[in-house]
Amino acid sequence: MNALLKSKQEAAATRLDSASLPAAAGWSKAAREDALARVRSTGLPSRRDEYWKYTRPDALTQADATEADVFKSDEPLVFDSFDRLKVVFVDGVFSAELSDDLALEGIEIARLAEAADISWASELYGTLEAKGQSPVERPLAALNTALATDGVLIRCTKTPSKPVSLIYRRDSTTADAMLHHVVKVEAGASLTLLENGPGAARLNKCLEALVADGAEFHHVRAQGRDHARSAATHMFVELGRESVFKSFTLTVNGKLTRNECVIEFTGDDAIAHVAGAALGDGDFVHDDTVFVTHDAVNCESRQVFKKVLRNGATGVFQGKILVQPGAQKTDGYQKSQSLLLDGDSQFLAKPELEIYADDVACSHGSTSGAIDEDALFYLRARGIPEGIATDLMTLAFLAEAVEEVEDDALKGEITGRLEGWLLRHSRA
Amino acid sequence: MLEIKDLRVKLEEEDKQILKGVNLTVEAGKVHAIMGPNGSGKSTLSYVLSGKDGYEVTGGSATLDGDDLLDLDPEERAALGLFLAFQYPVEIPGVGNMTFLRTAVNSQRKARGEEAMSSTEFLKEIRAKAKELKIDAEMLKRPVNVGFSGGEKKRNEILQMAMLEPRMCILDETDSGLDVDAMKLVADGVNALRNEGRGFLVITHYQRLLDHIKPDVVHIMADGRIVKSGGPELALEVENNGYADILAEVA
Ligand SMILES: Nc1ncnc2c1ncn2[C@@H]1O[C@H](COP(=O)(O)OP(=O)(O)O)[C@@H](O)[C@H]1O
Ligand SMILES: [Mg+2]
Repeated sequence: MNALLKSKQEAAATRLDSASLPAAAGWSKAAREDALARVRSTGLPSRRDEYWKYTRPDALTQADATEADVFKSDEPLVFDSFDRLKVVFVDGVFSAELSDDLALEGIEIARLAEAADISWASELYGTLEAKGQSPVERPLAALNTALATDGVLIRCTKTPSKPVSLIYRRDSTTADAMLHHVVKVEAGASLTLLENGPGAARLNKCLEALVADGAEFHHVRAQGRDHARSAATHMFVELGRESVFKSFTLTVNGKLTRNECVIEFTGDDAIAHVAGAALGDGDFVHDDTVFVTHDAVNCESRQVFKKVLRNGATGVFQGKILVQPGAQKTDGYQKSQSLLLDGDSQFLAKPELEIYADDVACSHGSTSGAIDEDALFYLRARGIPEGIATDLMTLAFLAEAVEEVEDDALKGEITGRLEGWLLRHSRA
Repeated sequence: MLEIKDLRVKLEEEDKQILKGVNLTVEAGKVHAIMGPNGSGKSTLSYVLSGKDGYEVTGGSATLDGDDLLDLDPEERAALGLFLAFQYPVEIPGVGNMTFLRTAVNSQRKARGEEAMSSTEFLKEIRAKAKELKIDAEMLKRPVNVGFSGGEKKRNEILQMAMLEPRMCILDETDSGLDVDAMKLVADGVNALRNEGRGFLVITHYQRLLDHIKPDVVHIMADGRIVKSGGPELALEVENNGYADILAEVA
């Protein structure tokens, strides 16, 4: 056995020593035990892993969460003005008191920690995550499947009247939370899922979603403001025939965030778009890692990731489009760009295409650049102060990602948050 | 109004002197034209006056109504009432024309301690002014200059000038690349702004534009200096004989 694997396995063993499967695992016990076995055999991510070349996993893999000050603000939280069904977690624990009544026409919501054996969920829990372990290992997701203590199971049978909104409040400076959600959008139904909040001092979150034939799953997430936290999140999404998945993530601040998204097309004529806009200042590390597998005909995947980095912030993008044999008429698009507002910040990108079908259109582009000085001068020559001119250009740079949010009101909300961040950071 | 005295400018990055002692005064209410061969320093003069990076002033001064321009940021110069219609207007993907112009108008107002223009008032004004310049509503919605034809870009410059109502307008080859109709629109736009309090410095190669915008004074610039000044007849002379005679005469 090679030394790297051995040390990773040892790290896993140490971490698992102090952990135990949740007592109330019940129906998920088998899936959790399988996941445990996966983590034991792959070990935990190491700095020397190719997949973790750009982002140090230490803070995510070490035994305990690093203590992190709680961010406080009097400002309303993102999505606060939206009519939605609120599901609130505090430091990774569901709060019935802060949450709405979980009953909503067209949707069934159960708490992972309490759910009786629900057959649709027991078929899914850990399944997509396990599939997503190949060809690249994602040990933190397997760890999550094994040990997650809370989360929700959402089955959407019709189109509910409002979005479901998962809110992750954080009160403790040391909480180490593991949340695992399972979503199933049944044929023809459409679900909008919102997520916001830091979650915990350290958050490991996993979401598995099955989007059935002709179904739609819209996902808008805001990870923001609370800078001291660290997070590793995974989304595993499987798409049926003619289904649609659209996901957008806004990330502002955060010492360490790794967002992995694993998408697999299993039915023909489906569409998946994942997008992200990230704004980082100072000791900010943000990593978007995306893996899209086309295993069906005539599907469209689109990745649009934009990052604005200043004062030594780091942005990472790893994106892969894998087109399996027979996945003809695939339309795969991938774009990752960063705007570096100074020479101290850095953007590391690894775009990849792997194509085993001949009738496909795939493209990828990754760029990293400074602000366009000619454009900046043009704006200033019209009387716009440098700070505002830079902000206008920053918003313009991010617009292509934000445009991926389909709902206009949500798009407006995201833009408002971006403007707020810029106002606080560039005029300071 | 605009007073340039013995202005000397070199490139910041290279040891290349471009302006070698420019003297020029534009009085309020007057239109001055600058003509001159390519590479003589006309655009450099307009950039240095408006505050573009990359140039180093090695001597002389430039003031607008007594305020020293050369010490100010570009946005401060603009707020004082200086406007440059660019020879090559810049495309800014993602920034909407309307947002851009409203931000510009209100930034200038704020800098001058004036009240912001309301969005209703702004919309009314811009629609009226765009109509005169035959700029359609669709163009206003697009990102700044993106996908605009050469002529549309130049008309957009004039629209910005009309909205910002500067006191001192510098037009750098705004007529280049325009067909006769477009040039007429641009000239009309400029003429509509002419008044006693406003000065113009019009850089051009062609008599054509000066037929429509009648200048009070014409200057010939060559190799970083104003080598000759005169009345409108000087522009005619250039049109008929080129620069060779004039340059030979002053050499
Ligand atoms: N940023 C620059 N870098 C290099 N050369 C420049 C730059 N700006 C101006 N020049 C040079 O300075 C001279 C004057 O240019 P310019 O002001 O554009 O002339 P004009 O507008 O009269 O045609 C030219 O020789 C030009 O090549
Ligand atoms: Mg020029």
